[in-house]
Amino acid sequence: MSYFSKVLLGLLSASLINNVVLSRFLGLCPFLGVSKKTSTAVGMGSAVVAVISLSSAITFFVNKYVLLTLDLEYLRTIVFILIIAALVQTVEVILKKKIPSLYKALGVYLPLITTNCAVLGVAIDSASQGLSFVDTMVYSVGTALGFLIAIVLMAGIRERIAHNNIPESFRGMPIVLITAGLMAIAFCGFAGLI
Amino acid sequence: MFKKIIERLFNGLIKENPTFVLMLGMCPTLAVTTAAVNGLGMGLSTTAVLMMSNLMISALRKFIPDRVRMPAYIVVVASFVTIIDMLMQAYVRSLYAALGLYIPLIVVNCIILGRAEAYASKNPPIPSFFDGLGMGLGFTAALTIIGSVRELFGAGSIFGLRIMPESYEPIAILVMAPGAFFVLACLTALQNKLKAPSATNKKDFICNGNCASCMDGSCSIGKTKEENQ
Repeated sequence: MSYFSKVLLGLLSASLINNVVLSRFLGLCPFLGVSKKTSTAVGMGSAVVAVISLSSAITFFVNKYVLLTLDLEYLRTIVFILIIAALVQTVEVILKKKIPSLYKALGVYLPLITTNCAVLGVAIDSASQGLSFVDTMVYSVGTALGFLIAIVLMAGIRERIAHNNIPESFRGMPIVLITAGLMAIAFCGFAGLI
Repeated sequence: MFKKIIERLFNGLIKENPTFVLMLGMCPTLAVTTAAVNGLGMGLSTTAVLMMSNLMISALRKFIPDRVRMPAYIVVVASFVTIIDMLMQAYVRSLYAALGLYIPLIVVNCIILGRAEAYASKNPPIPSFFDGLGMGLGFTAALTIIGSVRELFGAGSIFGLRIMPESYEPIAILVMAPGAFFVLACLTALQNKLKAPSATNKKDFICNGNCASCMDGSCSIGKTKEENQ
């Protein structure tokens, strides 16, 4: 198999088949909370893509050259969450100074990402599986794209069902959860893709 | 003192149940509840972390400078999570394997940082400890209920004990990923039907679903509804 198709398969499997939200349940809070409008969902999704790609690159090197060489693997959780928190702060400050237009689009979502479990989950998962650098990047970018796809789709559906006549008990959160469940079933269909 | 402790436990279990009323910490709630025993295990490990982190943060509340409190809380929580992670790896291997990635992810469970910010940072250690216990038990109860429902209808048993008759055809989808959403949706709808207080019968999620809104102190956990608006 050529290198290119391997990367493509990796991206497909991380984004669609093992969708981070719908089959692995990571990052549910923003998925349910920030999916009311398509525009905000796109903002949140892109911010997550940026942070996950950056953080997994950094955590990969920290894990390989600091934690593994010093035999400090058990500190992984603490170190990773601190790296992510610091990274998010740094990105926010840099964007604010250098690229105000991008900051306006993504800035409000950045502080919310520290506690997005998808970010920490991807970092820990790829570290504990011992993936190579390229595999880590393919896996994390794919996962982040999967999050973007899921949250944008969800926002689109929510915009459409907002004015529908929903049974009273199911208004609010329950219908959103049902929608997510139906999306999860649809995403199960991707399992036959590879 | 005794009354305060009872009040904290009641608050966590019923009045502000983290799952059904506040809708916090959804990721582990949906991910690990494929069976009642996994839900119970996840709930208890979160409870342990929550009690210890609340106790520690409350004891240190006068020493932690206000500006760096969030990183400080994260370090405290992450330390306890690491301890629990290692203990579980050593003593309960099968549960550890079933929960997998979700054990280190207790760090980013909004309930823990939410309680640290909303309660432990303002109250003395003993009530904070019991606040953590109450919230943790509320979370455990919710996870066990969801896990039991999924296991009962999805596999015909609860805690591995066969409940349904042999002729019962299990609804396999309930133990798969989509089933988690359906079960929680139905339980929440039931709660709405009974007009029980919940975050979901209002239009908005509490905290708007952003765990991190707890970060800037605008979190509504532990405040009354009037204060929220």
